[in-house]
Amino acid sequence: MIRFTNVSKIYPRTGTAVDGVTLHVGRGEFLFFTGPSGAGKSTLLKMVYMEERPSSGEVRVSGTSSATATDGEVAKLRRKLGIVFQDFRLLDNRTAEQNVAFALEVTGAQQAVIGPKVARVLTQVGLSGKGTAYPRELSGGEQQRVAIARALVNDPFVLIADEPTGNLDDRATRGIFQLLREINAGGTAVMMATHNLELIRRQEFRTIEMNRGAIVFDSAEQTSRAKLES
Amino acid sequence: MNRTLRDALITFRRTPLLSALSITTIAFSLFAFGLFGLVALNIRVALEKLEDRVEIRAFVADSTGPEAIAAAAGDIAAYPEVATANTVSQRQALARAQKELGDFRDVFEGATLPASIDVKLKPGFRDPATVKRVASRVRAFSFVDDVRYGEEWIEKLHRLRDVAGVAGLVLGLAFAVVSMIIIGATIRMAVLARAQEISIMRLVGATDAYIRRPFLIEGISKGVLGGLFALLLTYIARTVIDRYLIQTVFFDQKVAFLGLLFGALIGLVGSAFSVGRHLRRV
Repeated sequence: MIRFTNVSKIYPRTGTAVDGVTLHVGRGEFLFFTGPSGAGKSTLLKMVYMEERPSSGEVRVSGTSSATATDGEVAKLRRKLGIVFQDFRLLDNRTAEQNVAFALEVTGAQQAVIGPKVARVLTQVGLSGKGTAYPRELSGGEQQRVAIARALVNDPFVLIADEPTGNLDDRATRGIFQLLREINAGGTAVMMATHNLELIRRQEFRTIEMNRGAIVFDSAEQTSRAKLES
Repeated sequence: MNRTLRDALITFRRTPLLSALSITTIAFSLFAFGLFGLVALNIRVALEKLEDRVEIRAFVADSTGPEAIAAAAGDIAAYPEVATANTVSQRQALARAQKELGDFRDVFEGATLPASIDVKLKPGFRDPATVKRVASRVRAFSFVDDVRYGEEWIEKLHRLRDVAGVAGLVLGLAFAVVSMIIIGATIRMAVLARAQEISIMRLVGATDAYIRRPFLIEGISKGVLGGLFALLLTYIARTVIDRYLIQTVFFDQKVAFLGLLFGALIGLVGSAFSVGRHLRRV
């Protein structure tokens, strides 16, 4: 579904951000990316939605290759992805409903389809009663739920979450994480970058640790190695 | 489409002064085109009227026999540019001069005027170059003393029309460039003001064409509004000239529509250039 083949990303000013990464993410998988700041987690995720293209190597996402994809193909690919950030990125002058509907409007969805779909995802993220609230009227956790609803409204096959709990307290973090698990249980893959080691330790999901742009630990490889050795 | 139109209108509300400025400069650009175009048009209309009267008059030496003159007139009438070539005898020339002078006819009492061949050209062959060419061919007849065809005023009018046309074009183009720059600046502000919205649009899969559309519509509508404003200004100018100076004609509907179209084009080019440049930075 998502395949990185010997991918490197070098910025002219800051140097190597991703260094020789080869990685496969299967359908419906839940992946944690962890590592210190500047380890390359965000750059790696950006390459999934092709905000960044590799300096060398290739990223293939659901048949779209980073080597050949046109801007139009990238736009179409993003309609099948959900993306969530630490800073929510909601439009302040629009209500929760309008923020979610925005993702459908810009892809040319029919008005008749938009209303029911928005209501469904807002219910899914636990905000059914807050559709008419503006972001400033919502807590951090609730704002992130709106952002997740917006990411889900196009029925993505993968949800990319870059530090989604970075701005939230423990309680809100647990709530958001629980929501991501539920989304994953519904068949959507989740790729989540986080610093929260506590969160990772409590789970048994595949964990990839990065340092200086390279993968230094992949729990999936360790498991398969352990299986082979036994 | 509703969304696109709404987004296009938002900028008018957000930057009313800059929007008004861009519409005004487009209007002035087209007004410059319009005003000089109007001058060129009216000179053309005047030229058409005058060209009907363009005539080459070849004065014939007194000693020339009427048969030779008639034969020459026949030859001249066969030129492809020539509509008619009539012979005017000395007596006819005198009668015509006396008729033209009316009350002062006594001036010609006892005078002798030269006979002539009066040549009228076909429509489409009455420009200075053709008139001059035909006149020099007529002059080549040995018995032709002199050829007159009002060369000075024909050339002057043509030159005036060309100057008006070129001046309108140059000034109009200069204003058009300024309008494009100002429209570009308003679009830049609009793009930056909506940078967050645009980046979210991209994340959720909006195509660049979709993101661009409201900005282009904004540019086009400013161009059309500027065009309408210019048309109004030109019409007012023409009315004033018509009332206080000389009678003039105005553009027909087709030319007026072309003016609006040109306004839309200025708006489109200005906004397309700017949005292309600034979207890359968002």
